[in-house]
Amino acid sequence: MKALKIAKSPDDAIKELLSSLFENQKIKGVFSLFYDQDYFYGLVTDKELFNKLTPTAPVMPANGGKMLSRLTMIEPPAVPIAVVLKPCELRAFYELSKLEQANLENLIFISFVCAGVLSLKEIKNNIEEKVANANQKQGLRECCQLCENFVPENADLILPLIDGDNKTTIFIKTERGEELLQGIENNLVEEDFDSAKLSSIKEERSRYREKTWQNLKTENLGIPGLIDIFGRCINCHACGRACPICYCNLCYFDSADNDSGPRVYEAELERRGALRAPSGTIFYHIGRMIHVSLSCVGCGMCSDVCPVSIPVGTIFTRVAEETQRLFNYVPGRNLEEKIPISTFEIKEFEELGEA
Amino acid sequence: MAQTFEPNLIGFLCNWCSYAAADLAGSNKLEVPANLATIRVMCSSRVDPIFILNAYLRGIDGVIIAGCHPGDCHYQTGNYYARRRFALLSKILKTFNLDPHRFRLSWISASEGQRFSQVTKEFAESIQKAGPNPLRKKPFID
Repeated sequence: MKALKIAKSPDDAIKELLSSLFENQKIKGVFSLFYDQDYFYGLVTDKELFNKLTPTAPVMPANGGKMLSRLTMIEPPAVPIAVVLKPCELRAFYELSKLEQANLENLIFISFVCAGVLSLKEIKNNIEEKVANANQKQGLRECCQLCENFVPENADLILPLIDGDNKTTIFIKTERGEELLQGIENNLVEEDFDSAKLSSIKEERSRYREKTWQNLKTENLGIPGLIDIFGRCINCHACGRACPICYCNLCYFDSADNDSGPRVYEAELERRGALRAPSGTIFYHIGRMIHVSLSCVGCGMCSDVCPVSIPVGTIFTRVAEETQRLFNYVPGRNLEEKIPISTFEIKEFEELGEA
Repeated sequence: MAQTFEPNLIGFLCNWCSYAAADLAGSNKLEVPANLATIRVMCSSRVDPIFILNAYLRGIDGVIIAGCHPGDCHYQTGNYYARRRFALLSKILKTFNLDPHRFRLSWISASEGQRFSQVTKEFAESIQKAGPNPLRKKPFID
């Protein structure tokens, strides 16, 4: 793969590349993670503000894919914009585009091999210090520690981020990426992207994943096990609000359809002589699994925003693994692949319906 | 006298085939489980897996969704979508060990009154063997 070498830290290398693309009128703006008092996603068209970029910082204040979809849903930008996203955010953005919630036109995607992000609860205090000291595991989201899709597939430019101090290699993945750099960067080298280091990270993640599933043992849970996990849910629906895939403006579970009037309560009391409040929490979580698990990218926003520390993302990742395998589907892998429940094959699941 | 357990069943029946099959079974005086509450839907794909989940959490003993045979859908392809949704729901229920055997998808055409009677009777028997949904009487579930 063709690559560009810059003798700087990854963030500075991206800043330098984006600045020169901007000066050469190849891009008119940048959507990325910024730091100014706090971390946040932003779109910037003023070059003076490029120094606030921190594209590879191990923080996810919101899922960037969801944030970008909000900006591009109605129309794509009229001018080319460079977008720097983590791999799972990019995959979420692709899923949202399949769901007609995002436009990919005029966006140039830059992504990087992701070492995971710090849990938002971890970084509430001393945010700069904790980001500077973020090492492989401490304080990382559980979803990141068990993520096996940390290498971006669909970006135009990708950074492996394993070069060590002040050396950054930017790989050019697509023709569009090559066009972009034409006439700007001429010192391209030919290099292999895959490395032993990447596969060793992947092995480590897979081991952690296996271990987590063994502790979780979802197949033994049943309703009592689910109550153990979700019983303390306060029904705030923050997990859905933070989820990149849960895009509905009016969620079914917030709608009048799902309101339980006196008739429902009375029937419940007649049957069980008791009811639980808030009600419908397990219904909500399994319902959300039905709605979004096929597109779940495992970003872990849901776990991070949960005020009562339910490991929502871990459970969802476990279910998503099963449902996605059922349809041999990897969310965000390929724009041509339809989301499984929006399509069908004539010859499949033929044992269903015959009984 | 020992009390026998009569399962509470819901049948989501497609207007164009299985509902007519239920009608036919009735006109032909074929036996159908008495405690099968039928809900007519315009297509098996109208059945959101959420409906089934809701019924399960509220203590239903069994749910059957019946639609047109593959290739015969009144709307051409609805039953193929229904099949995928059912597969998805079953997978999620299996992952958490939540009684996937209480839910069934069956293709029953308008002329198959006999099959309607057979399938529902057989389903009721299998649920009878499996016993009542433990959630039915359990307080503080959801």
